[in-house]
Amino acid sequence: MAAESSPKIAIVDENPIRAAILEEGLREAGFTLVERVGEMNNLLARIYQIDPDVILIDLENPSRDVLEQMFQVSRAVRRPIAMFVDQSDTASIQASVDAGVSAYIVDGFRKERIKSIIDLCISRFNAFAKLQDELERTKNALEERKVIDRAKGILMKLKGLSEDDAYVLMRSTAMREKKKIADIAQSIITASELLK
Amino acid sequence: MTDQSKPGSLMPLRIGFIPLADAAALLIAVDKGFARDEGLDVTLQREVSWSNVRDKLNLGLFDAAHLLAPVAIASSLGLGHVKVPIVAPFKLGLNGNAITISPVLHAAIMAELDGDPLDPLATAQALLRVVAARKRKGLEPLVFGMTFPFSTHNYQLRFWMAAGGVDPDEDVRLVVLPPPYMVESLASGHVDAFCVGAPWNSVAVDLGVGHILHFVSDILARAAEKILAVRQPWAEKNPQALAGLIRAHDRAAEFIEAVDNRTEVAAILGKAEHLGVDAEVIRRTLDGRLKVSPDGKVRESSRYLLIGREGAARPDPVQAAWLYAQMVRWGQAPLSDHSLSVAMGVFRPDLYDSATGKAAPSAGKVEVADGVGAFAGPSFDPAAVSKHLDSFPIRRR
Repeated sequence: MAAESSPKIAIVDENPIRAAILEEGLREAGFTLVERVGEMNNLLARIYQIDPDVILIDLENPSRDVLEQMFQVSRAVRRPIAMFVDQSDTASIQASVDAGVSAYIVDGFRKERIKSIIDLCISRFNAFAKLQDELERTKNALEERKVIDRAKGILMKLKGLSEDDAYVLMRSTAMREKKKIADIAQSIITASELLK
Repeated sequence: MTDQSKPGSLMPLRIGFIPLADAAALLIAVDKGFARDEGLDVTLQREVSWSNVRDKLNLGLFDAAHLLAPVAIASSLGLGHVKVPIVAPFKLGLNGNAITISPVLHAAIMAELDGDPLDPLATAQALLRVVAARKRKGLEPLVFGMTFPFSTHNYQLRFWMAAGGVDPDEDVRLVVLPPPYMVESLASGHVDAFCVGAPWNSVAVDLGVGHILHFVSDILARAAEKILAVRQPWAEKNPQALAGLIRAHDRAAEFIEAVDNRTEVAAILGKAEHLGVDAEVIRRTLDGRLKVSPDGKVRESSRYLLIGREGAARPDPVQAAWLYAQMVRWGQAPLSDHSLSVAMGVFRPDLYDSATGKAAPSAGKVEVADGVGAFAGPSFDPAAVSKHLDSFPIRRR
């Protein structure tokens, strides 16, 4: 990066955590001019103000269509922008779509330079998705633990079982019915509420 | 994914759509099992932007898609994006958009109106006077929202205002806005008006932040709106699956047009995984009975949105030619005979006819003589696009 001046990169993402992860990655890789845009109102005006060489936007963002306006040759558009599409490199485009990110570049921006930015985006977006997955799983596991504990309490009270026996009963029922223990526990809670 | 289905097994298809009322034929074909009856196991994927739909179709992540007709043409011509030949064997809808304006702009236009408010020439001329008055006062130009650079909405707005003498690039600002943001942008004053499909116009009226000024059928009698899009190589490799898909859509379109089914159709479309809006609002769209102003005034039109009836589902290459002519008029594409024939070739009535076994409409039975029926300018002739465009004083060509 040292030989060339750092390109100006705009990140358009309503998710501030993901945007921050991406920005950090870009800075670590030596791209020092990074601006984040989280507000979608007047998006084009904001982009023109930043005047970036590269725009990165997440694919869950409906405002992607707004950026398409920049391909148009009109008075409002000062520097025509193109989407990063290299017909010879569909693998890289597919990987970025899979990761959920898309890149737009100013006409004339060198292809080799965008490649490293795209690769970085893909890995950061994937890392974020993994992180979110794990968070979701942890949350679910905690939720399930609570449900199982409540159902255990109900069984102990109604059937006079010990805590261990109540759990064993739920587990064997789950195995027999090919269901998750949490689902059986939820049924017990629902049934006990209905029968109250 | 591209293997032909074996007897007895279903062929899996991924189809992308945007939550709009004119995805109806696709959503009903899947929900009612019509696609399954044709041996197709369709997974629907809801998308948030036309760019996503286009890219995922182009990359092969979707086998087919609910797509803006002009995007299919632009993609086949390689305008503004990668060149990927697209085939449109089924038209998902004719018309269906409306122009909604803020109460302030509505009052201003009505004050300047000299004629029938349903006459688009009269309203466009009133708009010209409003625009001129704003210029004299040194006010910012009016902002009009539309959904995509290559969209019927863009061309309908431009055609309408230019007929009244308003230059869409010089006198006002046209901006792309995702449909779900339209209503909020109108309410907050970021835009003064927008052209969008259902249900967003009705949502704006219901919230009291907009008046429907025109159904786009006031501007064009027959405007190809969304199409079922597949990649040309996919169409060639999977003729049976494509024919089945067309038949399933055609059956769905007929089902939707039967008034007795409308309650069920509106309920299916309203589901959270489909459009996720109130079934009652969708019902109004299908029936062409729309509340047009916050005071409750209702306007009824048999031309608001056509899904299948009056030959709406059959792709008409003349409408593709008209869309291409708009791209030329507004400087999005150069005019060439080759591009014109590519654009017209995107619309494939032959595939529709052979799949459905329906006879092509005879020349005497067409609803509007030139197949488009614009309110202004000479009748459209695809064989004379250059001459046609020369007759419009406001143009970027």
